[in-house]
Amino acid sequence: MRPQDILLPNAAGLCCKPGGFHIDPIRPVERAVITHGHSDHARAGHGAVLATQETLDMMRLRYGEDFAGSTQAIRYGEEIRLGDVKVKFHPAGHVLGSAQIAVSCKDTCIVASGDYKDAPDPTCTPFELVPCDVFITEATFGLPVFRHGDAGDEVRKLLASVALFPERAHLVGAYSLGKAQRVIKLLRQAGYDAPIYLHGAMETITHYYQSRGIDLGELRPVKGMKKAALAGTITLAPPSATSDLWTRRFPDPVTAFASGWMRVRARARQRGVELPLVISDHADWDGLTATIAATGAGEIWVTHGQEDALVHWCRSKGLKAQPLDLVGYGDEEESETPIQGETEA
Amino acid sequence: MNRFAELLDRLAYEPGRNNKLRLITGYFREVGDPDRGYALAALTGALSFKHAKPALIRDLIASRTDEVLFGLSYDYVGDLSETVALMWPKAALAAHNNPPPPSLTEVVTTLRTLGKTELPRQLERWLDELDETGRWALLKLVTGALRIGISARLAKTAAAALGDKDPHEVELIWPGLVPPYLDLFAWLEGRGDKPVNRDPAPFRPVMLAHAIEDADFAALDPADYIAEWKWDGIRVQAVAGRDERGHINARLYSRTGEDITGSFPDLVPSLRLPGAIDGELLILREGRVQSFNVLQQRLNRKVVSPKLIKEFPIHLRAYDLLGDDENDLRELPFAERRERLERFIAKLDDPRIDLSPTVPFGSWEALTAARADPASAGAGEDADAVEGVMLKRRDAPYLPGRPKGQWWKWKRDPHIIDAVLMYAQRGHGKRSSYYSDYTFGVWTAGDGGDELVPVGKAYFGFTDEELLQIDRFVRRNTTEKFGPVRHVVHEADKGLVLEVAFEGLQRSPRHKSGVAMRFPRISRLRWDKPPREADRLETLEKMLKEEAAEIEV
Repeated sequence: MRPQDILLPNAAGLCCKPGGFHIDPIRPVERAVITHGHSDHARAGHGAVLATQETLDMMRLRYGEDFAGSTQAIRYGEEIRLGDVKVKFHPAGHVLGSAQIAVSCKDTCIVASGDYKDAPDPTCTPFELVPCDVFITEATFGLPVFRHGDAGDEVRKLLASVALFPERAHLVGAYSLGKAQRVIKLLRQAGYDAPIYLHGAMETITHYYQSRGIDLGELRPVKGMKKAALAGTITLAPPSATSDLWTRRFPDPVTAFASGWMRVRARARQRGVELPLVISDHADWDGLTATIAATGAGEIWVTHGQEDALVHWCRSKGLKAQPLDLVGYGDEEESETPIQGETEA
Repeated sequence: MNRFAELLDRLAYEPGRNNKLRLITGYFREVGDPDRGYALAALTGALSFKHAKPALIRDLIASRTDEVLFGLSYDYVGDLSETVALMWPKAALAAHNNPPPPSLTEVVTTLRTLGKTELPRQLERWLDELDETGRWALLKLVTGALRIGISARLAKTAAAALGDKDPHEVELIWPGLVPPYLDLFAWLEGRGDKPVNRDPAPFRPVMLAHAIEDADFAALDPADYIAEWKWDGIRVQAVAGRDERGHINARLYSRTGEDITGSFPDLVPSLRLPGAIDGELLILREGRVQSFNVLQQRLNRKVVSPKLIKEFPIHLRAYDLLGDDENDLRELPFAERRERLERFIAKLDDPRIDLSPTVPFGSWEALTAARADPASAGAGEDADAVEGVMLKRRDAPYLPGRPKGQWWKWKRDPHIIDAVLMYAQRGHGKRSSYYSDYTFGVWTAGDGGDELVPVGKAYFGFTDEELLQIDRFVRRNTTEKFGPVRHVVHEADKGLVLEVAFEGLQRSPRHKSGVAMRFPRISRLRWDKPPREADRLETLEKMLKEEAAEIEV
């Protein structure tokens, strides 16, 4: 069977005809299989949704109880049959509950990895390498200039800045699902045990992480705090809030931003970031290329991001590779759309 | 090198002056000699490595990476040093016994002695040893393009702060110092004597004036002050002194202490009397002072051709004397220095150097009249080059910096136009949540009727309260967003009219409108005025024509 007879992009997303479902569809479909909870992958309005318990919980928190007609939770390593194919979930190491989806039909196995990272993350299950025939990889950081280094070093950079400017507040822009909790956990691992403050839009997901047994230490809402009392503190906020009116409640804030994009100076400067922290929940160039090679796949499909460079690299290594035109995905951190309740939070 | 790289990295993102100072001073405190000295040299532009050219760096990366991947990456990043630093594939080093990354001192001292042919291999080795930030800093350092928004003055101020010294003191001894400045740091840390400046023609930190406000006059007595014209040229310090062999050394400094002698070789022969003149650099043609636009033709030139010298003859108009031969005059009252200056200029008797005349006045009313009409108050045909008057207290010593109540500048009224706000951009640092950088335009005839064409950008001149008002207006009247830039509504009946004040106008091929303003700022918000009543480009072009005639020889 040809791989494209198993999975093929259409207007709604990546479609599995023999299985009768879509993976991470961007339009409402009858049956959706979801890799992780970020809003560009997990949307509301599908008939039936198959995902990990964490992903389903996060969708519920974000969209409300009736976000889908019906839901089914699946564990890592669990395999179920859908139509003529078998579907198995494996950890993707991206955020809590994120999964790669292995779709097998007869003797062909395709892994749709969603977003993934091979770097350590204390807030989610580590990435698992899944041997396959076709590997569908993201390419968010698919250029050799993106190398993310040790996230712990970046957090130490933040702590050094807090020590140098004790009279200023440090505002860390971080995506509210995954990145924020990882930064908090890394701060705790680096020995920072003071209360960490949260923007209102961060609270729900962060409390959910805590309810899943991830110890994040003492967290406080920043709302209602006196300006002077925020000197020397660290506050986590959605990226779009760190350059908005909301920041006026902080004493001379240092604006930090935790993102893989911070590797490139122009990107950081354009956002007015004073303290760029290169912390990414996506694999960097070395991670992408090492993972691709290690899957043993002879064919690589490259989606959302810098497809050209990664496709070029694959071909130079003798792998069959093509960009997969999927629209509607991107790094959520880049979106400027205000998050609900953010302005008044 | 890595610690220095970390400093550069942080400085490159830090918008606030005081925070930059703290970062640099913190570095000087933490890092020992001689690394910090070479860092100070790098920040003050005292280092240059002639062999490291961008082409060499391109060759290095080409030998290590795939051409297509480099091309895509360079496109994305947009800066050669940064692209190379980020994507440099390290050679597989042995797991142990690797050399540690080079220190800044090692880099600087090696580069000083290294021949051109050995440079590529040495750079390669360092690139393998350093991390991303280290590689970026190394490439910026060797190609001489730090560009991180740090002036030499700021770096020296940060060094002074290490020993709680006045930056002027560092400035004074600076010309006699050489990297890595061991004697300077020893003094700053109280471990050694103050280094002596043996420069025969040293710079003296300049005295600056406050802008006078209407309300200030009430407290001032005209009898205490001497008035002069404020010339629209460049403030310089012309210093001549004898070296150990008795030869005259002459030097021209900018007001920040930068040595600009090389740009004005035609003035050097005139500086033959030992002394230090504070004055204005001007272009004189047939005895007449030319406008600032004319003078600008001589600024920032790498090569000063005989043709340039002939067509733009340089002149020094003197208004103060800080040193007369071996004598330091700075403690003397201004009236006395002025007498010494008059004698000095008379003795010098040089056509390229003359005295800036005083403006006699008996009352503030008389001075107001003189300022309004310099031509009939003594400036004669040079009146166009007068941009106001200076008031100097008769008894004021020459004090570095901007001491209160000693010197005042009273500028001629600026040019004013009404322009329409077109685009707004977020500011930096404290202003990062405000739309505080404004692009404004005036009307001109377009294909489909009148349209606005941008003529300038301004980011100050308004009060904090006005900033809040404009910020609110921008947020409520945005038509489009492009990253940090917002398009603000600007139609005949909808939009905000800004009264913009500026000092002069120049032709500029870089601007769509063809004109560029000097020192534009927002002087008033005209909420009352509909955009259709704002000024037209023709108004600016008319002002331009009046000035342009002077530039063409």
